[in-house]
Amino acid sequence: MPELHSAEGTSKKPVSAHETGPEKHKEPAAPQYVITAENLTKTYGDVIAVDGISFSVPAGESFGLLGPNGAGKSTTMKMIGGVSQRTSGNLTIMGLDPEQNGPEVRAHLGVVPQQDNLDEELKVRDNLLVYGRYFGLPMSYLKPKADELLEFAQLTDKAKAKVDALSGGMKRRLTIARSLINEPRILLLDEPTTGLDPQARHILWDRLFRLKEQGVTLILTTHYMDEAEQLCDRLIVVDKGRIMAEGSPAALIRDYSTREVLELRFGSERNASIGAELEGIGERLETLPDRVLIYTHDGEAALEEVSARGLRPLTSLVRRSSLEDVFLRLTGRSLVD
Amino acid sequence: MTEASPAVESPTAGRALRAHPPEVSAARARRWGAFYYAEQVLRVMKGYGWSIFLYSVGQPAAYLFAMGVGLATLVDTNAVSAFGGVSYIAFIAPALLVSAAVMTAATEFTFPVMDGFKWRRVYYGPHASPLTPEQIAAGQIIAVTLRFLLQSVIYFVIVALFGASPSGWGWGSVLAATLAGLSFGLPLMAYAASIKEDKGQFAMVMRFIVMPLFLFSGTFFPLDTLPVLVRWIGWISPIWHGTELGRVMTFGYEESPVLTIIHVVFLLALAWFGWVLTKRQFVRRMGQ
Repeated sequence: MPELHSAEGTSKKPVSAHETGPEKHKEPAAPQYVITAENLTKTYGDVIAVDGISFSVPAGESFGLLGPNGAGKSTTMKMIGGVSQRTSGNLTIMGLDPEQNGPEVRAHLGVVPQQDNLDEELKVRDNLLVYGRYFGLPMSYLKPKADELLEFAQLTDKAKAKVDALSGGMKRRLTIARSLINEPRILLLDEPTTGLDPQARHILWDRLFRLKEQGVTLILTTHYMDEAEQLCDRLIVVDKGRIMAEGSPAALIRDYSTREVLELRFGSERNASIGAELEGIGERLETLPDRVLIYTHDGEAALEEVSARGLRPLTSLVRRSSLEDVFLRLTGRSLVD
Repeated sequence: MTEASPAVESPTAGRALRAHPPEVSAARARRWGAFYYAEQVLRVMKGYGWSIFLYSVGQPAAYLFAMGVGLATLVDTNAVSAFGGVSYIAFIAPALLVSAAVMTAATEFTFPVMDGFKWRRVYYGPHASPLTPEQIAAGQIIAVTLRFLLQSVIYFVIVALFGASPSGWGWGSVLAATLAGLSFGLPLMAYAASIKEDKGQFAMVMRFIVMPLFLFSGTFFPLDTLPVLVRWIGWISPIWHGTELGRVMTFGYEESPVLTIIHVVFLLALAWFGWVLTKRQFVRRMGQ
């Protein structure tokens, strides 16, 4: 019987994610963790991919790992998914160690990998049926479930098409539909919208949001800050295998940035030298190769001050702070390099 | 032990359609996982089922017809005794059966493995499910074994129709061919699973391993007619061991019973060795 860890971390409360009962409304105060990681480390030879990270995820939360390529997000996801062995540290999924109980842990999960690995030689609907068989699910369940998921993924009219005839967005939606065939309580999504056009991304976000509303725990990696802001209740910012910050998107922005940001472009040759002339405007100044960022609570006022000093930027933009700014503050680098 | 989970509902809550609990999935996968993956491979094979059927029927029919009306006419009038006292067609039929299985192994245990790990990464889908890497490998082997059996049965029926299997034990050559296919194929599968980049290795295998084995394994003439210098190729060849075994069954080829046992042991040992290596490669590569 799998166990979930209580928030206090002292008692263990065994619960199956599929069990529901009258007691479920009696204890709202103590979230039960479906995932706990303590000092989780993964090395490949001399390279430290994940460097002693710790976090816990309560049931029903949408939890994000935000970081640039190579930060260790996918490696962490593989360890959670029970397909990659950790070098050291502790990890439990539904109270089970994925290395000791791989099939049991993976039976709880739905996985959307970074790279689609659909059976391109099979038809769209058959992909769902075949995948469901890996969970020992009977055809009497799988056939209607496949139809339901195709509808959910807006692929009903493609049911009999070959996978290689689908667009990138459709393949991604099919991969998500496939990951739901066993009705997982935890869904792992590794860069779910990378490479998709804006419209396809929004459709995917909508579908993921519906799952979240249905109580599915979402674990999401992304290097898109807008995606993290849209989908995550809470996230960790990861860089070089380490957690740089943890919190809700709003809290991270509040703690590590200002309310607004004034972006100024003076031309690539002047950006670097203009800093001294902007000194004192806003709370903080960040000079990037292509622009200067002034962190301030009032962007318009800061822009007026810039004009008052006789400075004429080529372009100016006042915007709200984002997670990109948080990341920049924490690491000195942009998220998407 | 029975406290409820937080207030979460299934995406299909309120409907009759419910998946069984994860514990059941895991238990079933632990027991039947290899067969679940075999089902997937067979579904994919169904997509090119006509090719398999035509290959299974067309190749033996073409070989047997060509040999039967051509070479066999010449050979049978001059040197029947050199071929175990049976017609030339009966002599080469088990060899063709075994060679066909080995050539199928050279296809089914190479490109699909590369496809699984590298090109379309199809192994990584089931790997995220309760299936283990060993089960994925075993599932593929089960499916290909079924293909060997089906193909060999078709082949054998055509051989029988040509009157090239005089013994009542001739059907045993189907098992000999299947065993030879696995004995050659499983070490090859382990090799394929170790390849990270395709640099034409499989074409080299076909050209420099499969073809020499086909030609120097007593396929078209008895092995002992070859110079001693190249006879060893047959001794280490699954095609030769499988063919000799097939000949014992299809027309009672006379050889020492010890040698017959050696054929079986050799084929089983090579298949087992290949399975151990394959399993290790799959676990290592998918567990990184």
